[in-house]
Amino acid sequence: MLLDALTLQLGYNATLVAIGATMLGVAAGAVGAFLYLRKRALVSDAVSHATLPGLALAFLVLVALGGDGRLLPVLMLGSALSSWVGLWLVSWMGRATRLSEDAAIGAVLSVFFGFGIVLLTVIQTLSAGRQAGLEGFLLGSTAGMLRGDALLIAAGGALVLAATFVLRRPLLMIAFDEGHAEVQGLNVRALDLMLMTLVMAVTVVGLKIVGLILIVALLIIPPVAARFWTEDATTVALLSGLFGGLSGYAGAALSATAPDLPTGPIIVLMAFALFAASLFFAPSRGILAAALRHRRLQHRVHLRQGLLALAHGQPVYERLTQRMLRDHGLVRADGVATEAGRRAAAAALRDEARWQELRRADTLSELAPRDDGLTRIEEVLTRDQLAELDARLTPREAL
Amino acid sequence: MGAEFVTLSLTPILIGCFAAMACALPGNFLLLRRQSLIGDAISHVVLPGIVVAFLVTGTIAALPMMAGAAGAALVSVLLIEAIRRFGKVESGAAMGVVFTAMFAGGVLLLEQTDTSGVHIDVEHALYGNLESLIWLDATGWGSLLDPLALAGLPPEALRMAATFAVVAVLTWLFWRPLKLATFDEGFARALGLPTDLIGLGIVVMAALAAVAAFDAVGSIIVIAMFICPPAAARLMTNRLEAQIGWSMLFALLSAILGYVLAGYGPLWLGATASVSAAGMIATVSGVILGLAALFAPHRRA
Repeated sequence: MLLDALTLQLGYNATLVAIGATMLGVAAGAVGAFLYLRKRALVSDAVSHATLPGLALAFLVLVALGGDGRLLPVLMLGSALSSWVGLWLVSWMGRATRLSEDAAIGAVLSVFFGFGIVLLTVIQTLSAGRQAGLEGFLLGSTAGMLRGDALLIAAGGALVLAATFVLRRPLLMIAFDEGHAEVQGLNVRALDLMLMTLVMAVTVVGLKIVGLILIVALLIIPPVAARFWTEDATTVALLSGLFGGLSGYAGAALSATAPDLPTGPIIVLMAFALFAASLFFAPSRGILAAALRHRRLQHRVHLRQGLLALAHGQPVYERLTQRMLRDHGLVRADGVATEAGRRAAAAALRDEARWQELRRADTLSELAPRDDGLTRIEEVLTRDQLAELDARLTPREAL
Repeated sequence: MGAEFVTLSLTPILIGCFAAMACALPGNFLLLRRQSLIGDAISHVVLPGIVVAFLVTGTIAALPMMAGAAGAALVSVLLIEAIRRFGKVESGAAMGVVFTAMFAGGVLLLEQTDTSGVHIDVEHALYGNLESLIWLDATGWGSLLDPLALAGLPPEALRMAATFAVVAVLTWLFWRPLKLATFDEGFARALGLPTDLIGLGIVVMAALAAVAAFDAVGSIIVIAMFICPPAAARLMTNRLEAQIGWSMLFALLSAILGYVLAGYGPLWLGATASVSAAGMIATVSGVILGLAALFAPHRRA
């Protein structure tokens, strides 16, 4: 069943939804990456909640004109207009008052959403007895999606993606160094506005499938997940788009396999699964990698301290240190150093002495900060420098 | 303003007022600490909390629901902190990851569960059921003195009043450390105050208010009251004491005006049905904030 779904064998409607969701996911992931790098991920929450009044007003206008209230293009236009107003209010509050951006975001999202709910109850009373109108847009609903709707969503996603591709360089510049971008002649405010317009476009495109409460997840989660895998911003954007598309595709397919698997939440949970996997398993930035690194460091420290203790003829009591020394064949089970252990201990002691001497040598002492107790001095100095150091060392040791 | 008002409108208005004030009070500190969106996050994760509580207990009694919601709020705060720390993710994004995923999980659980027999759904969590909290035993203003009628008050009324009282007393008790840690964390730490603990305490207080309020009034009011009244109050004054006073006033005003406009406004306009009170209360609080942003004396720094 799942295989059928993943290979788009579950019928016409499911295929339409999967195509739309994939395109939406890719676009949302790519735009979200730039939003995340600009450190304004939560603005999208205000944008998405602010669509509701426009959505409801568009519906009311359509009904007043005698048409079907659920004409998707008009609804998308209405929601785009009202999220524009919301966005403008967020930035206006930032400029005109001393409120911080997060307060402005929260105010706009709650007030617009509240007003939208008021309008929804108006619609409910108007259409009492008729088929309900707009609740599906809160959490997305893909049941009975029309071919035209799916194509509109896919085309909208593709358009957003293309615009993001064109704007990728300036968007990266304002994300990393606003001042530098400005000196380079970029209009930071206009670019911010464009980024927000892209965010708004993703939101509007995603209303039907994912719904306005959860669409922010597609803008936020994929880039956060992608960031774990790479330090390169362009790669973050590419990976984020890939993760978003994967979530959209797998989520839509999975939700087609059973009636009580709502598409929007499943897509979001897919994205979260990718995030969780990245958090744990990503190389270098992942938790597992960090834990392994920590363990390796711990072992090296214990080994080194153990060797120094051996060299000074001191007994080793610490359990982990004892084990490390034994595992490396440096001491026997009774704690007496082996031949290899004695050699390694002597090497550690010499290394320590060389570092000591390096601090006194006026030509080399600036390298002293490289001494972290683990780095061997051979890794820092050239052979000549080492010989010079040893030459200084020998007479003193002879004393 | 007769018997009908007491029966149908008095308790919802009172509950709305207590809920608004209980949320706006900790909202002041969240605002000044630039943590306003924590209220947003908490009110989203309440949904999976109540669904899990329903799955475990099989009832929609208030106590398990609130325990579930509180548990979910705690889990979300811990998750956000863990992702922020171990994943080195910026806090706004960490918050976005956690609350959307938990909300999605809540919706999914709800769809998977047979809740046909009980009143638990996403809409309920979003906009509550303020209008339905009527006082059937009341026969008029005299019922306020009638112990028998008072016993029939909707339980939400007492719960919300108690929540507001707890939040108010906590704020009063810890006033000085709260104020210090909010305005000058470094100085507070130098004085030996446990600033991390105070920060956590504020979040817990906010969660308490949110969890108690969502059941009666839904998430929208919770988020709006966390932010709008304190934000408007912040533009009125530079003194924290005065700011809190203003925020309480704005919260009260939003709750009363919002309820009246939602319940009676459409009738004045000739319509037959009322509109969502929760939505209208949030809208009124937004209008107040808008007016403050335009005209308040301290709207700029």
